[in-house]
Amino acid sequence: MIESIVGSLNAGAKYIIPLLLVGIPFYAISVKKIKVYEVFVEGAKDGFTIAVRIIPYLVAILVAVGMFRASGALDLLLSLMAPLLNAIGFPPENLPLALMRPLSGSGSLGLLTDLVNEYGPDSLYAKIGATMFGSSETTFYVLAVYFGSVSITRSRHALVAGLTADAVGALSAVYICKLMFG
Amino acid sequence: MLNYIWFGMMLISVIAGIITGRIDAVTEAAIGMAKTAVEISIGLIGIMALWLGIMKIAEASGLIRIIARALKPIPIRLFPDVPADHPAIGSIVLNMSANMLGLGNAATPLGLKAMEELQEINPRKDTATNAMVMFLAINTSSVQIIVPATVVALMGVTTSQIFIPTILATTASTITAIFMARFLQNRKMFSVESGS
Repeated sequence: MIESIVGSLNAGAKYIIPLLLVGIPFYAISVKKIKVYEVFVEGAKDGFTIAVRIIPYLVAILVAVGMFRASGALDLLLSLMAPLLNAIGFPPENLPLALMRPLSGSGSLGLLTDLVNEYGPDSLYAKIGATMFGSSETTFYVLAVYFGSVSITRSRHALVAGLTADAVGALSAVYICKLMFG
Repeated sequence: MLNYIWFGMMLISVIAGIITGRIDAVTEAAIGMAKTAVEISIGLIGIMALWLGIMKIAEASGLIRIIARALKPIPIRLFPDVPADHPAIGSIVLNMSANMLGLGNAATPLGLKAMEELQEINPRKDTATNAMVMFLAINTSSVQIIVPATVVALMGVTTSQIFIPTILATTASTITAIFMARFLQNRKMFSVESGS
């Protein structure tokens, strides 16, 4: 059952974008008689300004994230947290991915690839890792891009709320997978 | 808040880099990432232009209003400060729909459009509103109901086994995000007037 749902969802996904690209102008031109080409170009102009406005915010965040990743600070954090993790049943193998997920999309994908290659896709570690990866987003990147696009520098409780949600997501991934596959 | 976290990350990186003997790699990462950030931003221009163009058509034809009206009971509860008929509600609904379907390329331009519309009703342009934080928190917690293509490629046939755990975990993180955004918005240290 689940296989067929997943299969059809993933098979259907590839039609969504072409359908939107054609469907929206079709409705506009046939029902509302809108000059679709002119309106498209008008809207597309904003793409450049928004992308350029993001640059300083993204530089600030990605430089800090990049330095953090390169410094080996994650490994130090890992050894500091190991006793705590053992106490709550969190597999140490999955911690690097959990810590990397909010920092870097490509970095966490790399760590998930390592888990799959090392333990196989059928292993509990890989399943926990894939669940973590699929159930969360790159919080720091999203913050920089979304707030940067409207020049917001005072982010208030956004980062705390986002990171708490990431932590709960990672813990849920561990316990749900342990319950289902452990 | 971000001031301390941003500086703290760099400070820890330099100290850890010295301890682990990777200080060269830290320097290299700082310079390399500055370049990467610009490349990512520039790379966004084309996708942004495409979706913002299509969105303009959807807006001009009234499609966004129709979709927003149909789905608005959800965002109205999450964003009580945003007037129900404000265009931001439409963009928020579309961004969340795109996220759920795993259409990251379409979700980002829609999300940035929503931010722009939320900014219109923001009295302090440099400070995030409650609605903006709520919107961002939901976005960072991921509301995807389709397993990402990269994960499908890695996991192969095992993908179907992680479908339900992924939905459950993402639901838990989204509920946490909503709760935390609500819970913290009236705390003094996160108030609109305070420094962070």
